[in-house]
This record gives sequence, structure tokens and C-alpha cells, in this order.
Amino acid sequence: MIQFFPTERNESYATPDTDFMLVNNVPEKIQKKLQVSCYDCHSNNTAYPWYNKVQPAAWFLKDHVKEGKAELNFNEWDSLSDRRKKSKLRSIIKQIENGEMPLESYTFIHRDAMLSNVDAQIIIDFMAKLKDSLN
Amino acid sequence: MKTVKRSIGTLALAATMILTISCKDANQKEATAAMDNEAQQETTKNSGDIAMNDSQESSSEVILKDYFNLKDALVNDDQAKAKDLGMTLTTSLKSFDVSNYSESEQTELKDIIEDATEHAEHIAKSEIKHQREHFKTLSKDMTDMVAITGTEVKLYEQFCPMYDGGTAWLSTKEEVRNPYYGSQMLKCGKVQREIN
Repeated sequence: MIQFFPTERNESYATPDTDFMLVNNVPEKIQKKLQVSCYDCHSNNTAYPWYNKVQPAAWFLKDHVKEGKAELNFNEWDSLSDRRKKSKLRSIIKQIENGEMPLESYTFIHRDAMLSNVDAQIIIDFMAKLKDSLN
Repeated sequence: MKTVKRSIGTLALAATMILTISCKDANQKEATAAMDNEAQQETTKNSGDIAMNDSQESSSEVILKDYFNLKDALVNDDQAKAKDLGMTLTTSLKSFDVSNYSESEQTELKDIIEDATEHAEHIAKSEIKHQREHFKTLSKDMTDMVAITGTEVKLYEQFCPMYDGGTAWLSTKEEVRNPYYGSQMLKCGKVQREIN
């Protein structure tokens, strides 16, 4: 029965001017990694997995994405003040360093979202440089 | 067929995991609501005490007081207390009235408060390692706030060169008690600046 209840989808194909990739000069390789490993939950556009067609998974996913976006939304990056950006960058770095992001419950299904040690280091270095460039 | 089986297994596992997390969340929210109430009462009481003086100053003083209590909890390695105090600080940050400051100061203060609130909220729901990570940026926010609001209390900016490439915090006492390491390295650090 619950299969007939539709869930609002987090899908927006227009990239806003405030997007992280647009305002920062992000190397293509890192762009791809962020897109696959972070943007599903931390932007306005989720590349939905097959199980989103199945309830109650879709409901859980919706909450999950909502929470992720509230914490950090890459699409709205440039609307943050420098202070807020630095805070977010620090958290991004710490979470990746500690292996807390991307979430295990996510990479468990999205194997391609897993970050190798090398990938993680490249992203951390980039974020650290970006953080130092802010006042 | 094998893949289908695996997919169903994965889904079931994912659903169970998410369910478990949601239940935990619900409990946490209830507890948070209860704490919120207490915290609010406490803040009202506190601001009542200080409202005698200058109402503009009182709020930043309340925020500082909550910050120092939080710092002491971290010095004592007391994660549960730090959690509660993170909640208390969140409430006092949110009720900070900046209307008496100049326009540019207000912009800056709002920015500081927004940032600090996020860190306080995280401290209210994290393990001690995370609490300390957030306390670092919170300390920077508090230092910047004091630069605008000033304070009646004498403060010491202390610095630990070991934690996360060098990290500062504020204290009302001159002797160093390290909130980033607690009992592990209680006296690591030095006074790098006196405020007032």
C-alpha cells in the first residue's frame, strides 16, 4: 500500500551561481569525486538509486538528504560568509580525515562513492588550501 | 538471481540501519527538548540577574559564562556535561540581542553568533573528540565576539601548540587547564594574551 505514496524528490538540474564548483576553481578530478561522493546528500540534486522506487526506503532517504543539506549544501556555498565557509571547510576536512564522511551506510551501497586514501588526501589538501585563502 | 538476492539483502540491511538510527534520533530529540526547557529557564534566570547592569552587555556576558562552563566540562573530560552546556550555550546565543550595536557591528556579530550556534549545537550532540574540534572554532568566535562587545571580566587567551597545529581558547584564570586534552595533558599550553 505504501508503495503508492510518492515522495518529493530532491532534483534540480540548474546549477546556481553560488555553487561550490562554480565559485572555486576546482580541478576536474576533484569535481568528479565531490559529485559522486558528496553531492547526493549535500546539494539540491540527488542522483537517486534504484531503491528510491521502494517505500519505505524513499522516505528514509528523503530525511537523510534533508539533514545532509541542512548541514552543508554545496549549491549554496557562496551565500556563506567567510567565517562560515572556514567553519564548513574545517568540518569537511575533519570528517574526511576521520573517515566519517562519506557515511558508511551510504558507501555500503554506493561503492563508487568510497574515497581511497589518495583521493581523500587530494580533497583534504584542496579544502585546506581553500580555507587558508579565506580571511 | 544471486544479484537480486543480494540487492534485497542490502535493502533490508539498509532499512534496518536507518530504522535504528531514526529511533535513536527520536529519543535524542525528546531528551533535547527537555534539556532545552531547563536551559531556557536557566538563561532567563541568569539574564534576570545581570539585567540590573547594562542589558546590552549582559547577553554577551551570559554567553561567555556559558562558554567558560563548557570549557571547564571539557577540561574535566566530562562529555555528558559538555553536551548539556552546549545546549545551554545554544539557547543563550540564540537570544543574544544585538540591536544596541552599530550596523557594521551587528552584521559581524550576527555572523559570529550564527557560526558559534552551529558549533554549540554540534557540541550538544557529539562525542568528546568532536566536541573538542568544535570547541576550537567556537573559541575563535568567542574571541572575535569579545573584540566587539568587550567584557567586564579579565580574560586570558591561552594557546596549546600541540592540538591541531596550534589552538587557542579563552579562560578567566591565568593558570592553564587544557580543554582540548583534559587529564591527558592538563597543563599543556601558555597564556598568549591578556584581555582587559
